[in-house]
Amino acid sequence: MKKLMQGNTAAARGLYEAGCCLASSYPGTPSTEITEELAKYNDVYSEWAPNEKVAMETAFGASLAGRRSFCGMKHVGLNVAADPLFTVSYTGINAGMVICVADDAGMHSSQNEQDSRHYARAAKLPMLEPSDSQEALDFFKKAYEISESFDAPVIVKMCTRIAHSQSLVETGTRTEIPERPYEKNIAKYVMMPGNAIKRHPFVEERIKRLQDFAETSDINRTDSGNDSSIGIITSSTSYQYVKEALGDKYPVLKLGMIWPMPDRMIKNFAGSVERLVIVEELDGFIEEHCKSLGLECEGKSLFGCLGELSQNVIAEKLGSPKTSARKLDSSVKIPPRPPVMCAGCPHRGLFFTLNQLKCTVLGDIGCYTLGAVAPLSAMDMTLCMGASVSALHGFSKAGGKNAVAVIGDSTFMHSGMTGLANIAYNQSKSTVIILDNSITGMTGHQQNPTTGLNIKGDPAGKIDLESLCRAMGFNRVRVVDPYNLKECEEALREELAADESSVIISRRPCALLKHVKHNPPLKVDPDKCVGCKSCMKIGCPALSMKDGKAHVDETLCVGCGVCEQRCKFGAFKGGK
Amino acid sequence: MKTKNIMIVGVGGQGSVLASKLLGHLLTSQGYDVKVSEVHGMSQRGGSVVTYVRYGDKVYSPVIDKGEADFIVSFELLEAARWIEYLSPEGQIVMSTQQIDPMPVLTGAMNYPDNLLNEIQKSGAKVDALDCLKLAEQAGSSKAVNLVLLGRLSHYFTDIPSEAWQEAITSCVPEKFLELNRKAFDLGKNA
Repeated sequence: MKKLMQGNTAAARGLYEAGCCLASSYPGTPSTEITEELAKYNDVYSEWAPNEKVAMETAFGASLAGRRSFCGMKHVGLNVAADPLFTVSYTGINAGMVICVADDAGMHSSQNEQDSRHYARAAKLPMLEPSDSQEALDFFKKAYEISESFDAPVIVKMCTRIAHSQSLVETGTRTEIPERPYEKNIAKYVMMPGNAIKRHPFVEERIKRLQDFAETSDINRTDSGNDSSIGIITSSTSYQYVKEALGDKYPVLKLGMIWPMPDRMIKNFAGSVERLVIVEELDGFIEEHCKSLGLECEGKSLFGCLGELSQNVIAEKLGSPKTSARKLDSSVKIPPRPPVMCAGCPHRGLFFTLNQLKCTVLGDIGCYTLGAVAPLSAMDMTLCMGASVSALHGFSKAGGKNAVAVIGDSTFMHSGMTGLANIAYNQSKSTVIILDNSITGMTGHQQNPTTGLNIKGDPAGKIDLESLCRAMGFNRVRVVDPYNLKECEEALREELAADESSVIISRRPCALLKHVKHNPPLKVDPDKCVGCKSCMKIGCPALSMKDGKAHVDETLCVGCGVCEQRCKFGAFKGGK
Repeated sequence: MKTKNIMIVGVGGQGSVLASKLLGHLLTSQGYDVKVSEVHGMSQRGGSVVTYVRYGDKVYSPVIDKGEADFIVSFELLEAARWIEYLSPEGQIVMSTQQIDPMPVLTGAMNYPDNLLNEIQKSGAKVDALDCLKLAEQAGSSKAVNLVLLGRLSHYFTDIPSEAWQEAITSCVPEKFLELNRKAFDLGKNA
């Protein structure tokens, strides 16, 4: 019987069935669940790596040793892993190697909307693009066959709507793949100029062979239509929107392999229709390729390159769209509901203090990016993983004052350490705050090198942040409890005034972790509350004003006591 | 059969994941093609969340567009209002009257609109509104709002036998919470 399965779960199933033996990834929405699901199969060794570059190199090592391997990441993670990617294209592989990259059109949980398909073309590697969970399972399996037939790592590109939607899947059984014994081959695997020069022609010739494969493989297919006045080329979730909006009306060329593209197939298809329309999210990747083949076509001029598509977006241009049936009276203003730091979030006390001290806060990637949201508004910059630390160094060297970097424990392990090494080496007077909530929070609680547990929750190596910072040469390393506002303020004032660089570790586990014990919720004594709203400045979702007095939502409050410290009138009761 | 659309809307952390899981299981067991789509990550942190459940003979798109929802199942009043344009002309709202203030209301920058239920009804939408939080607490836990809502929703699925709902609950809910959730479902159904 078919099972309803999330795209990421189906991807993991495909990897398992294909005989994958090693998976190394760094969590990133919307790719995280692939590796989490893989970790449930005991036949596959799975791990969280400190970052995507390490993950890809680990997967390459396993391929070299003769076992089918995998690494998964989100679109921006592939930027971090781009260095090995471009050269593993030259070396090729031993056992099959599959890379997953998951794009996030619409930026549901990302800092940009880059289109990862460009990487396949730039690195001259094959890229597959499933359009539902069944294809995710099938394509991940197929990717290993292609990888081993063509001596290339294969990229499978997911997107939010494929990764996080569930559809029906027929599963199969695992095939155990015999080890391909490692054989020393300096000319193939040592990419110094003399060898790499000889490998480049192989890469160019391989992409031609892959193109021939694309022409004949059933991974690309045409759905016939009754009306050839329009023909549509599409892939991924866009294919589903096209079929939803237009049914079987127009012929559709569905590309399952997005790079290299089947030029002859595309030309034949274009020749069979009057008007060629390309439907794809983000950049005009297929469109530009069609134009390079001399084909007249439309795409981005109709649909633009911003955000996600949907059935109605396509129907508006090529069919008959549905219209909204109901509307509220225009006088009703619906307040937005942006994501917020949870009640009891250990980051809150620290960000409140940064706000009070009017610090310039160079931020990073994680839940704590929400420190930028009002009323805390305690973040000035967020760019990419690790940028807080490196940018603070530049900011300080250029004369910037009263500035700090804030970076989570997992992000620090990912790419904060190298920035910190630069501060230690080139000696800027910088204060770096590591927000150690003992977990990778935003992506849904993954372990990391500082937590002492592995992906299965079993004991693992544990990196000690204090010792690490001291070993880099920092004399001023201190730990504060972010639930204690006074302690946070003292630490910040002292470290910002000090003559040398420093690290403050703001340490308290994420309030959502199952093992964290909470205090009973606080209560407000209405006789003592004067309605000054001083407590409201911490931006806690459990606090509101009711009839001029502060009110605690007892279903949300975890008794952290930060609000209580704000109250000069002793109006909060209970908790500890 | 034409594809049917159910939107589940609420505030991150209210339990919509279990609701969509249960519906997915139920509709699959009835032999339909099914797609369920949700978004993870940043938006979950107390933000506005939406899950799409679609079923029929053949479902293509994983998402529901404006004017397409046959049902909007809402955990919260403001969220029902936010997504009302997604309701189809004959669409039905099944909702909890619970109100949760979003941050702009908590900080005093905006007001939670007055008489919102009235405004929703004035738009011409069919509304079935219940105090699901009260019923969930009556069943034994404020977290069972999702099952109260599903119980209410089950009214409108006359072609799905009640045994199928019970089987879906048994399959999707951890055993130690089974009795509580069954009770919540029945309270919603019979309200």
